[in-house]
Amino acid sequence: MSITVKTFPRLADAASALGQERGARFIAGGTLVMRAINEADPSIETIVRSTDPAFGNIAVSSGRVELGAGVTMAAILAERELAFLHPVARVVGGPAVREAATVGGNLFAHPPYGDFAAALLALDATAVLAGGFGQRELPLEELLSRRERGAVLVSSVAFKRPAADALRFVKVTRMHPKGVSVLSIAAQLPLTSGRVTGARIAYNGMAPAPLRAKSAERALEGRTLDAAGIAQALAVAADGTSPADDALASAWWRREILPIHLRRLLLGAGHA
Amino acid sequence: MKTPIQFQLNGEDVAAFVEGGANLLDTLREAVGDLSVKGGCWQGTCGTCTVLIDGSPRLSCITLAESVAGRSIETTAGLRRGADLHPLQSAFMERFAAQCGYCTPGMLMAAKALLDKNPNPTRENVVEAIGGNICRCTGYEPIINAVLDAARGDSRHRA
Repeated sequence: MSITVKTFPRLADAASALGQERGARFIAGGTLVMRAINEADPSIETIVRSTDPAFGNIAVSSGRVELGAGVTMAAILAERELAFLHPVARVVGGPAVREAATVGGNLFAHPPYGDFAAALLALDATAVLAGGFGQRELPLEELLSRRERGAVLVSSVAFKRPAADALRFVKVTRMHPKGVSVLSIAAQLPLTSGRVTGARIAYNGMAPAPLRAKSAERALEGRTLDAAGIAQALAVAADGTSPADDALASAWWRREILPIHLRRLLLGAGHA
Repeated sequence: MKTPIQFQLNGEDVAAFVEGGANLLDTLREAVGDLSVKGGCWQGTCGTCTVLIDGSPRLSCITLAESVAGRSIETTAGLRRGADLHPLQSAFMERFAAQCGYCTPGMLMAAKALLDKNPNPTRENVVEAIGGNICRCTGYEPIINAVLDAARGDSRHRA
C-alpha cells in the first residue's frame, strides 16, 4: 500500500494535518517511522513532515535551554553549550543514527530506545506542543504518561539550564560501543551545603515509558551523597517500576541491577 | 502516486519517481540503479546501507527518499576515480578488511565520513566511527587497521 506524504513549511500546519488525518504519523529523522513502514505497519496511511526551520533550533541562555524537537543527537554533540547532554547523546546509536535521531523522536520511542527522554525528564523539561490554534506547554512527565493516547506534535522542549556537572547519566547495555539499552538512569542532584535538595531521578527501560523515581528522590532529600546517605534511596529504587521481560533481560534482572547502577551514579562513579 | 525527486548522486544530478514512504536505499537500488548500496536489516541496525548525505553518514534504509530532494548523496560507487581506487578501498584490500563483504560498503562510507572530517583519527575515533556498522566476519581489527592505514596514506594505491 502506498503511503501519502504531506510536507508543511510550518509546524502549526503539520500539527493540524496530524490531528485530522486518519492513520497519520509525524516523521522527523525517520529512525522509528521508517522502520515501521519498512515492516509494512498497516496503521500508517499518511506521513506528515515539516520543513519549519524552528524545528531544528537550539537556544541556550544563561538560565534556560530550548531544543527544537527536530534537533538531532549529532547537533547536540556539536554544541559546546550543551556539554552536559553529550554523555547522553553520545550513546544513542552509532554516528549515522545520531545524524537522524531527534529530541522529539526520543519522546515517543519505546524501550530499548528513548534514553534521551529520561535525561529530559531528570531535567524537569516541558514539552511545547504545536497546534493549529497556537502552542501550549505540557510537563514532560505528563506527555510521557499519555503519549500513546493520540497524535500530538511536540515542537520543542525547554528546561532550566543545569550546572555544568549537575546531570548524571548511565546507560546499561550488553554491547559496546553501540548497544541498545537494558535500562538507563538520569539524575539531577542539586546540593545545598553538601545535602541533596530537589533531586530528580528518571529511568528508561523500567516501565513502558520513561518515569521519575519519586520514592528514591524523596529518600535523598536532605541527605548527603555517601554510602549512608543514599542507602534508603537504593532500598526504594525500584518502587513504581514495571520493567518488561524481553530478549535483552528479564524484569527480575532489571530490578536487581537497578540499585547497583543507581548506587554508582549517586556516588559519582562515572558514566557507562 | 509517485512523486518526482531530484538530488545529486556522487556529483551527478539524478531524478527518480518514488512511491510514498519509499526509503532511500530502495530508491537508490531500484529507481536509480546504484547497486553499490547494500540492504541488510531495513531497521537501521546493521549499518551496511550507510551513505553520506551532505557529507554526513546516514542509514539509507530508514531515510525517507523524499527528504533527500536537492541534497548530495555519496555511495561507494563514487569512491574510485577512473582506474584508481580510493585509499580506503585499497587499504581494505591490503588489510583483508573484507571477508564476506556484506558490511563493506557501509564500513567504507562510515570511514569516509570520518576521514573527510578528521584526516588524522585515533584508533578510538575509528572505533567510534564504525560503531554503528556490524561485521560478523573480521572481528573488526582488520577494518580498524585499514582505516588507520588509509588515513596515514599507507596504502599502495593512492587517489
